[in-house]
Amino acid sequence: MAKRVIVDPITRIEGHLRAEVIVGDDGVVQDAFVSSTLWRGLEVIAKGRDPRNIPLMMQRICGVCTYSHYLKSTMAIEDALDIKVPYNAELVRTLMNAALFMHDHPVHFYHLHGVDWVDIVSALSADPAKASKLAFKYTNNPIGTGENELKKVQEKIGKFAKNPQGLGPFANAYWGHGTYRFTPEQNLIALSHYLKALEMQRTAAQLMAIFGAKQPHPQSLVVGGVTCVMDILNPAKMGEYMVKFQAMADFINNAYYPDIIMAAEMYKTEPSVMKPMGVKNFMAHEEFIIGRNEHLFNSGVIMNGDLSKVLEIDEDMITEEATHSWYKDDAPQHPYDGTTNPNYTGYVDGSSVGPDGKMVDSKLINQNEKYSWIKSPRYNGNPMEVGPLASILVGYASGNKKVVKVVGDFLAQTGVPAAALFSTLGRTAARMLQAKLVADNALIAFNNLIENLKVDQETCATYTIDKNKEYKGRGIGEVPRGMLSHWVRIKNGVIENYQAVVPSTWNAGPMDSKGAKGPYEADLIGLKIADLTQPLEIIRIIHSYDPCIACAVHVMDTKGKTLSEYKLDPLYAGCSV
Amino acid sequence: MENKALFEKLSSRLDELSNLPKLDDEKSISRLIEEKGFSRREFMGWAGAMTSMLMLPASFTPLVAKAAEMADRLPLVWLHMAECTGCSESLLRTATPSIDSLIFDYISLEYHETIMSAAGWQAEHNLESAMERYKGKYILMVEGGIPHGESDFYLTIGAHGKTGEKIAREASENAAAIFAIGTCSSFGGVQAAYPNPTNATALSNITNKSVINVPGCPPSESNIVGTLLHFILYGTLPALDAYNRPKWAYGLRIHDACERRGRFDAGEFVEQFGDDGAKNGYCLYKVGCKGPYTFNNCSKQRFNQGTSWPVQAGHGCMGCSEPDFWDKMGIVHEPLGNRLYHTVFGGLGSDATADKIGVGILTVTAVGIAAHAAISLIKKPKE
Repeated sequence: MAKRVIVDPITRIEGHLRAEVIVGDDGVVQDAFVSSTLWRGLEVIAKGRDPRNIPLMMQRICGVCTYSHYLKSTMAIEDALDIKVPYNAELVRTLMNAALFMHDHPVHFYHLHGVDWVDIVSALSADPAKASKLAFKYTNNPIGTGENELKKVQEKIGKFAKNPQGLGPFANAYWGHGTYRFTPEQNLIALSHYLKALEMQRTAAQLMAIFGAKQPHPQSLVVGGVTCVMDILNPAKMGEYMVKFQAMADFINNAYYPDIIMAAEMYKTEPSVMKPMGVKNFMAHEEFIIGRNEHLFNSGVIMNGDLSKVLEIDEDMITEEATHSWYKDDAPQHPYDGTTNPNYTGYVDGSSVGPDGKMVDSKLINQNEKYSWIKSPRYNGNPMEVGPLASILVGYASGNKKVVKVVGDFLAQTGVPAAALFSTLGRTAARMLQAKLVADNALIAFNNLIENLKVDQETCATYTIDKNKEYKGRGIGEVPRGMLSHWVRIKNGVIENYQAVVPSTWNAGPMDSKGAKGPYEADLIGLKIADLTQPLEIIRIIHSYDPCIACAVHVMDTKGKTLSEYKLDPLYAGCSV
Repeated sequence: MENKALFEKLSSRLDELSNLPKLDDEKSISRLIEEKGFSRREFMGWAGAMTSMLMLPASFTPLVAKAAEMADRLPLVWLHMAECTGCSESLLRTATPSIDSLIFDYISLEYHETIMSAAGWQAEHNLESAMERYKGKYILMVEGGIPHGESDFYLTIGAHGKTGEKIAREASENAAAIFAIGTCSSFGGVQAAYPNPTNATALSNITNKSVINVPGCPPSESNIVGTLLHFILYGTLPALDAYNRPKWAYGLRIHDACERRGRFDAGEFVEQFGDDGAKNGYCLYKVGCKGPYTFNNCSKQRFNQGTSWPVQAGHGCMGCSEPDFWDKMGIVHEPLGNRLYHTVFGGLGSDATADKIGVGILTVTAVGIAAHAAISLIKKPKE
């Protein structure tokens, strides 16, 4: 008889997420439901506020992709007010964005997704000498894999494992699971990189803080440009950026890249990782101005996995609906006109497979009703996958030379066919390829900034907001988790309506009115689970999307009032005009 | 003499702690330091820096070092409520070499959703067993505001659909100390800004236990780690201000130690972003800096191992460690001026004294600001 399996909380992500699947006697997932279990309401809070306050507030959507919302929110307001941002500011924004991509992707692989691929306990039985030699198979300049270094890593974690208190943060995971494929030596190499990456993420964060003041939540963008003019005019700070950038690029090229090659080699025969994905529609947006009118990544839409055709994005075709989301207005809405009224219906009583395999009483998702705080975004009525894989596929199919080269090299080195990119492995590999493209090319922007500063030191455009005029605008671009768009209407000098359609909403959204599933849910269907009490396969698929759930949840009004009825008390200085 | 008494008190506290059973005999900070290739000298250098950050006399350095070595005795439970994970990210950046990350490793981290390997039932089990095994002994750190009251269902966790409020309340019940990390758990944060659609609230509003607030959006890595050390040293709550913030970190205004303070006093102001004043590091007050109203040590500690901080990057402080700053601090890029600094309590916030002092000082300088502003305009270099 079919059984429910619930994974909640899904850890090692940003935010609160539940996956619930129905599994047949053969262990194959028949149906899947993914739910966000937290709502915060920032877009409601934005209403009535001064547009200049909004980018800093929208940045608080997420402390992981901490720069993404700040940048796209700023761009949305600049678009609405028709502001032309100085070239210097555009390039500095690119440099900060490079820092974010070079931070986010390695952290995702090593600290969030990594232990889905790497069995830490198995690393303890590795031969460090053999592992050290093996590292050269994947790169000529391995990092952190000297024999002595690997020995130390092994001893350190070994002590942990002997500890009667267990493995600390590594405790009680699915070690020894049948779908782990690395040899003990490969596990040890990756474990060493896990620890190394903990150090490197601090360097990457500093890279952003050089021009951004701090990370998380940098604070040097304003509507019109950037404020860090002293920093870009300071050669010592510029030098600091360059040196730290190169250190990070070295880690990406000589640890992250080879580890993914290693993963492709070992996992390309693991069915749960190579299972074809459920949604084969992809959308990505251009990003990374590295020179005048020159972007590193391309815009476009690919339908049904057809790489022979890349369509242009038509922004009018973007909608969100709430048929299975805890909001009242079900019909598809364009984000400029998005409404969100609450309709929390909760869970239903039932049972699911418990930790020891017995059925236990649980709260279950009611799949016939509403079941998530995430809406269902659609493009021309279709579910779409966004993310590094979409960006890489769009660039590859568009003939972007830089992208074609890294994809070609990767396929050649691993012997994986291009079709295999449409899988969990492909998604994880594409994230690394995107990080590599940034690491290999973002200093072009750095050099162009230096050249431009010789003749032009402008960093911020001036503007006025006419209280008698209505404005609307959007900021769209590619962020580490995929295509992000912020949509704003301004009226009477304050925010009239605000919507963010974010990557994790595209990927993690529930079913739509036609029963079409979003990428997470569609990907889980057909997955064979070896052990219902240790559903590692589910977690591995979900993690491959790099879920960012605080980003993905949408607005609503708890009292069921019309949103436009909010009257702002003049006492609240931040809200008054 | 006062120092001597304090020294003795701390020493006996540490003796007391050292008599507690270790969580693990195999590991100690100093041993790990050796393994990581750090010298004792480097470690003591770090302890010295920490001592001065905690505003203790330099003679206390050995005690701080001892406290750090005993950090592994403390089981830590970290909960995520309505949040953005920025505070966890800040913790991961912990300052100076990897020494702070050792402390992070060597606290017995029992539950932390962003970092832990376990998921689902196994994750829930880790939390429950830590709360049971270390009843009355674990440190609780909470990140995020808490959807509260009839709307607590805005956050549920686990197969039983438990609300965040319930989980936070239960975890608070038997914690040895409770730290609200970040402005969200300290004061409700961004989701609690008007009109607070989820009725998000501070951790202190859902538990009767004492809560130490470590606000900031996010707080710097040194404020998070420093607060923890303070607890280990004293075994009691640190001296707090009216908002339950540790005085050692939040005792001074940003403005008091600001690198651009001289520009403020000289009446040299950035008039708009990108102007000549901005290129020359003039004061950011007129483009909205809230440093004069904000209590935090950013101007001393900075962020990301001292890399920078908002004023250095030309932006100005937004007041993120103050309660309800999204609503109270006005427009980010306009000065508050000498207008009454409102709180949600009608100008009588729980730190009214500090508010009045802040406003008072600005009122005194307001005349100067006006005069200097005129001067700085006149003095504006030719294009």
